[in-house]
Amino acid sequence: MDRMTDLTKLTIAEAKEGLKKKEFSTTELTKAYLNKMDECRRLNAYVCETPDLALKQAQVSQEKYQNGTAGDLEGIPLGIKDLFCTKGIATTACSNILKGFVPPYESTVTSKLLAAGASFLGKLNLDEFAMGGSNETSAFGPVINPWSKDVPLVAGGSSGGSAAAVAANMCAGATGTDTGGSIRQPSAYCGVTGIKPTYGRCSRYGIIAFASSLDQAGPIAKDVRDCAIMLKTMSGYDAKDATSAKIDVPDFEAYLGQDIKGMKIGLPKEFYVDGLDKEIAAYWNKAAEMLKARGAEVVEVSLPHIKYALATYYIIAPAEASSNLARYDGLRFGNRIDGKHLDDMYINSRTAGFGKEVKRRIMIGTYVLSAGYYDAYYLRAQKVRRLIREDYLKAFEKCDVMLTPTAPTAAFAIGDKSMNENPILMWLNDIFTVSVSLAGLPAMSLPIGLSEAGLPLGMQLVGKAFDEASIFKVADALEKDVDFRKVR
Amino acid sequence: MAIDKETVKRIAFLSRLKVDDDKIEATEEEFNKILQWVDQLAEVNVDGVEPLISVNDGCLTLREDEVTEGNQSEAVLANAPMKEYGYFTVPKVVE
Repeated sequence: MDRMTDLTKLTIAEAKEGLKKKEFSTTELTKAYLNKMDECRRLNAYVCETPDLALKQAQVSQEKYQNGTAGDLEGIPLGIKDLFCTKGIATTACSNILKGFVPPYESTVTSKLLAAGASFLGKLNLDEFAMGGSNETSAFGPVINPWSKDVPLVAGGSSGGSAAAVAANMCAGATGTDTGGSIRQPSAYCGVTGIKPTYGRCSRYGIIAFASSLDQAGPIAKDVRDCAIMLKTMSGYDAKDATSAKIDVPDFEAYLGQDIKGMKIGLPKEFYVDGLDKEIAAYWNKAAEMLKARGAEVVEVSLPHIKYALATYYIIAPAEASSNLARYDGLRFGNRIDGKHLDDMYINSRTAGFGKEVKRRIMIGTYVLSAGYYDAYYLRAQKVRRLIREDYLKAFEKCDVMLTPTAPTAAFAIGDKSMNENPILMWLNDIFTVSVSLAGLPAMSLPIGLSEAGLPLGMQLVGKAFDEASIFKVADALEKDVDFRKVR
Repeated sequence: MAIDKETVKRIAFLSRLKVDDDKIEATEEEFNKILQWVDQLAEVNVDGVEPLISVNDGCLTLREDEVTEGNQSEAVLANAPMKEYGYFTVPKVVE
């Protein structure tokens, strides 16, 4: 292995080990990542790089290793999705309306990572305000999937920069956010591992809001163990977010390597959708067989309302977005284009500042919340959302963890014409992930293998509320059998 | 439910966004396609179902109503595109 000659190939767990044993310094590790960022700049994963800051943080961390006060992520260079407010570092949500915005405060998740000793290499590209599934709506342009061959492929979205940066070893791990699949789908497309924890597990304070009843932060990393390490630090109750849960955060790492014998793995039959990619269906079966071979019991479960999940999501998420994005008024922060009257100033600033997909969702959201349509659309969607959640609760009476594909296809080409012309086609990429978000449950995507075309495919593991531990147990078993690191 | 050009204009104004005149028809078409698609929810029986507003039942907590980080006017104003005398400035509202 050439891991010692290329430090960026180390996992977080391996890097911590090497730092503890003084095999290399935090500065050497950071410089290795900075070089890789240089090499891979064409992927467009970073929208803002902070090398000086990272090197300064590395020096502080080196001292902590020397005096024995190293934190859980001491000296580990991370990339941060540009949706997290970072004090003194430009934060844009990849929207023109926030270009030049420098937050005067730090998000809770990033301050926890900093307190644990992590350093930040820069801010990562995403779909504008996290609205998109291909990273193509970013004001900074699309991220290129590191697995691309002749044709540049999308990295997925919205956390496309995070997934691509981890896949290309441009950071040891990254933060992502997930509203309808934004951690899981890009993780699948880029062959990396990402977990969206239970709604309420991580504080949303300082994360630029898209749809507040769905938004959750989570890690994207090189493997299951690194996700466990990062998630433990990122989680926990925060008085600054009333929806964050007052529930103990377990040591997720402790669940890795545990026996999964007797665990019940549910396969939701409704996920065998028409036209499901044959390769993905085959890998799905293979994953179930692997778990069976380890003594888990595979059971069929049913989620009867699941087919309404996408339509429900595309009412609720835009409704909340239209409300959240009302704050971009050209007054307090962000882009301002003057007009004769106050309304003209609002309209000019917002029309110039928001991109096409964001405008589309603001207007749909405004419509479904407007007088005369609220009951027919928004209220009805909230009722269907409850039915979807109840489906999951009932299905989880029969199983501990559910296994499904993460996305219906592998990564597709940038600039796909049919998807650009028909937004519903683009939204269909979320078909296996949105229902989990609507139910507020935790779910991980991990690589299961390569398609015939040589592109990574992902499997999704869904858990009960606040039972990420069971996901980690099963994911670790599956990861050992798949051995994707060798496949790469 | 189908929407017309007038509705597109009204929704655009409510959203404080401008849709150019030559884009109104395309927007109308696109919205009708999307609304037709979400109309599938009409077939779900939701009689007696309570709307789900928050997934974390029982987790929501109140905090004391007290100042936690006061005296931050400089930080609050730091990103304002226009400010004067410690205030945000707006175009003239009252004639």
